[in-house]
Amino acid sequence: MELLDFEEPIELLLEQIEQAKIIASKSQIDMTETIADLEAKVEETRKNIYKNLTPWQRVQVSRHPGRPYTLSYIKAMTDGDFIELHGDRQIEDDTAMVGGFGSLDGKSVLFIGQQKGENTKMRQYRNFGMSNPGGYRKALRLMRLAEKFNRPIVTLIDTPGAFPGITAEERGQAEAIARNLFEMFRIKVPIICIIIGEGASGGAIGIGVGDRVIMLENTWYSVISPESCSSILWRSWEFKEKAAEALKLTPQDMLANGLIDDIIPEPAGGAHSHPEIMFETVKAEILKHLEILEQKDVNTLISERIEKFTRMGVFNER
Amino acid sequence: MGWFTRLKKGIITETKDKKDIREGLWYKCPRCKKIVTSDDHYASANVCSECNYHDKTNSQHYFELLFDNQDYTVLFNNLYPADPLRFVDTKKYVDRIKITTKSTGINEAMSVAAGKIDDLNLVVASMNFEFIGGSMGAVVGEKISRAIDHAIKTRSALLIISKSGGARMMEAGFSLMQMAKTSAKLTLLADARLPYVSLMTDPTTGGVTASFAMLGDLNIAEPEALIGFAGPRVIKETIKRDLPEGFQRSEFLLDHGFIDFIVDRRELKLRLAQQLRFLMA
Ligand SMILES: [Zn+2]
Repeated sequence: MELLDFEEPIELLLEQIEQAKIIASKSQIDMTETIADLEAKVEETRKNIYKNLTPWQRVQVSRHPGRPYTLSYIKAMTDGDFIELHGDRQIEDDTAMVGGFGSLDGKSVLFIGQQKGENTKMRQYRNFGMSNPGGYRKALRLMRLAEKFNRPIVTLIDTPGAFPGITAEERGQAEAIARNLFEMFRIKVPIICIIIGEGASGGAIGIGVGDRVIMLENTWYSVISPESCSSILWRSWEFKEKAAEALKLTPQDMLANGLIDDIIPEPAGGAHSHPEIMFETVKAEILKHLEILEQKDVNTLISERIEKFTRMGVFNER
Repeated sequence: MGWFTRLKKGIITETKDKKDIREGLWYKCPRCKKIVTSDDHYASANVCSECNYHDKTNSQHYFELLFDNQDYTVLFNNLYPADPLRFVDTKKYVDRIKITTKSTGINEAMSVAAGKIDDLNLVVASMNFEFIGGSMGAVVGEKISRAIDHAIKTRSALLIISKSGGARMMEAGFSLMQMAKTSAKLTLLADARLPYVSLMTDPTTGGVTASFAMLGDLNIAEPEALIGFAGPRVIKETIKRDLPEGFQRSEFLLDHGFIDFIVDRRELKLRLAQQLRFLMA
């Protein structure tokens, strides 16, 4: 597995394990105990490193190439009945946004989310998780379908931003996102939004209005990426660490500022180190919140959704 | 400063009130180079009478152009930006606020006023580009939120005049959530069956376009305004190609179906009042 720069101590241990394995295979010496010790050390080192991540390191983890993406979550959490539903019914099928129904312990749920690619070819195909307007419109079409048949909605957010391109502008990127923000306040079924990786700006919030907005432990959510913020405010790409700190983009800061509702802890070493544990945890959280939300009558649900976002913002009044 | 906190009466405003608009006694059109007196330029809504070039103008000027007898009340001018994230880049955010407030004489990137247009109740929320690029922080969102409450309470139409570079980076997550907050409040205005007209002026980009600016019952724009989600520079860097002529201008958006009509600022009041009459009277 690919390691991030701050995971260097783990890399050294992994090399030692490899060495031990080679010795064992070449020399009949029993290295089982040594290897087990080293593996325990890897887990412990991982735990320690991940206990104290800086904001920039969390951004790095959120973009880890081994991190599970939307479709992996959906496939692991549902009972094998999910297939993708395509198209915005107007002009295109955006490959960076996926959606469809699946059963979550027998309960029908609509899933929507940005999808990143797992290899070079798929990254291109998925446009690096950057949706065009058709993606937001497909999402809205499916949300209305879920509403019609009274099914709850789960959105999985993981995007470096909505795509900035000529066609995207021609087809109304801004209008597509704005329309979703407006309509998501009127959808009469529970909506749970979970940031599973990157939550970059308008591209993220375009499927980010919900009764619960939850972030996984090693993700970020803000109005701009640390790199772009650095380039605009510091006029250099060199201040991304500082920008990451200043933006207060971590789940811990976002929760403290009342901008999200909850944080889902990740396994030590991040979601990518133990994806199967991550999927189970997320599934349990979704079911837990759905149980609460499904007891609310529609008017309460909608008015609480509106009031929650209306409260957001700190200002002085004299 | 409160240079438009009082009621305005009469068509001719006193010269000292207009010093913010004028740089001298004469105005030279940057496009056709025609020279007129600054008073004539102002009286022409800052639009060149020769080539129709729409020069920028400020909220006070829009209020004067729109409200009957230039009679209006400024609302929510007691809201000031805070610094909840204690944001520091090359400058402290609190210092940026101080400097901008001092140099512009205004509190924030949004001004709200209420009055009548052709005898119909109207609330106008107008963005101030001169205040940190018209960027949207918590005060912008809160002023829109309260403007909508006021419109519902007084059965008024709402006009939002957008002029913004997008998000207020120094308010980060708070800034982002204003997109949702303003959209949430607009659903309440829609439920009250009150018209919302969005006027986009040069420039309207980023999170402002991707929230309230695109959500009008009518979306209208001044001629040749830059309107888009991503800025042209970002798009150019991403696709590594030159952008087509007229890309992201009002006329481009009209062609692609995202605005209802383009309005000459000198006819803004007339056209707006006509449309509101169709919807309200
Ligand atoms: Zn001219």
